[in-house]
Amino acid sequence: MKKEEAVLRLTDTVAKVVAYTGKVLPDDVRKKLQELGKEEDASLSKVVYEAMFKNQELAIKLNRPSCQDTGAIQFFLRCGANFPYINEIEEALRASVLQATKDAPLRHNSVETFDEYNTGKNIGKGVPTIFWDIIPNSDKLEIDTYMAGGGCSLPGKAMVLMPGEGYEGVTRFVLDVMTSYGLNACPPLLVGVGIATSVETAAVLSKKALMRPLGSHNENERAASMEKLLEDGINKIGLGPQGLTGKNSVLGVHIENTARHPSVIGVAVNVGCWSHRRGHIVFDRELNYTIDSHTEVDF
Amino acid sequence: MAKKILTTPIKAEDLEDINVGDIVYLNGYITTCRDVAHRRLIEEGRKLPVDLDGGAIFHAGPIIRPLGDEQYEMVSVGPTTSMRMEKFEEEFIKQTGVKLIVGKGGMGDGTMRGCRDHKAIHAVFPAGCAVVAATCVEKIEDANWKDLGMPETLWTCKVKEFGPLIISIDTHGRNLFEENKVKFNEKKEEAIAEICKHVSFIK
Repeated sequence: MKKEEAVLRLTDTVAKVVAYTGKVLPDDVRKKLQELGKEEDASLSKVVYEAMFKNQELAIKLNRPSCQDTGAIQFFLRCGANFPYINEIEEALRASVLQATKDAPLRHNSVETFDEYNTGKNIGKGVPTIFWDIIPNSDKLEIDTYMAGGGCSLPGKAMVLMPGEGYEGVTRFVLDVMTSYGLNACPPLLVGVGIATSVETAAVLSKKALMRPLGSHNENERAASMEKLLEDGINKIGLGPQGLTGKNSVLGVHIENTARHPSVIGVAVNVGCWSHRRGHIVFDRELNYTIDSHTEVDF
Repeated sequence: MAKKILTTPIKAEDLEDINVGDIVYLNGYITTCRDVAHRRLIEEGRKLPVDLDGGAIFHAGPIIRPLGDEQYEMVSVGPTTSMRMEKFEEEFIKQTGVKLIVGKGGMGDGTMRGCRDHKAIHAVFPAGCAVVAATCVEKIEDANWKDLGMPETLWTCKVKEFGPLIISIDTHGRNLFEENKVKFNEKKEEAIAEICKHVSFIK
């Protein structure tokens, strides 16, 4: 395949995925919301869940973005070092956002800082944001697409704790975010926690944690147990849908971690709203693709 | 139970019997109004291009499809985080005479005072439900301050049975989210104590 043709194909496919994820939630999120909705019995919680389910049906029926805030688009790449179009990816992803902005349509969500004007295209300096991981000896390209609105970006927080504060300090840090900003960020939330050395490493991990499928666990046994402890703990706070109280507050808690410097514990929290608009697509070297976040999809 | 429907222009007495936790709907007009519009009125002292006396505002930044000839279609419009406007809202209510503020999540003491002293209410539209809200919009009647871009333009919408609107601040000084927060914080301390029994990994 010629490079130009490859760029067009990548662009068009990713544009369709981005537009689609703005309208239809991934399989795991839809299933989890059904489960959580059934458990709520207070009248306000029920009204909210009814509106949520009706909204998702209408979005499909009318072919419109289900939430007006379609985010500043982010892409998380795991790109094989031998993927033949590695040099064309960034150009294709920017073009795909431009195309999806027109076709979906998406809201214009890229404001140039300091000059303070909306570009009107969802493209700006560093937007869409592309996070690269290079995978040696692979010729595939795996992309998580993510549409986070301002509401669920607002609670994001990172800091560096002293080791004396321990995982007890991490617990307080996470739960404080839930009762301050979290309740306004459209619960039930997906909570991503990053644990590392410094703010930037913890922060990137906390966002990558949101790209994991619901129901997955950290491979470290203690970390996985802490995911469950935090999930149960935040549910007990009783935020409920939209923070209007209820039995469940979260879709899940995901922790991602690395080793740390002995003198510090870097910790960060990122949350995804109930309308967790993530897509997952894998291209092979011929640009054949599979979309496993939305099994029904067929472009 | 019959739906409780408010119609603009809203009068103070229309709001007397409405309490936090109630659900109402709106007929008439609502104008999207968020961060920069609040800042322009309160900090820059610019006159709002829309008369909001007895009116309603929506903390929201919609997706709009231009139809040409100054006509627009409302594609998706859901509420944005109301707390971002807290800094300005008490003064905003006082200056504009707005009676209904619709948004997402709670607001603080300033808005509670503004609502109590000038007889207005804050309500939550279920967030993320932007197509439900858009289908309540019959027509976009006006667009002002378009220089702010699609999300921040003041879009004046004619709406029918716009809702459900869950009352979070009433005219009687009650604030549902602040009351809930007290309970959440108590339960948070219990949850932290329980989790901390199991996470002493540094020994």
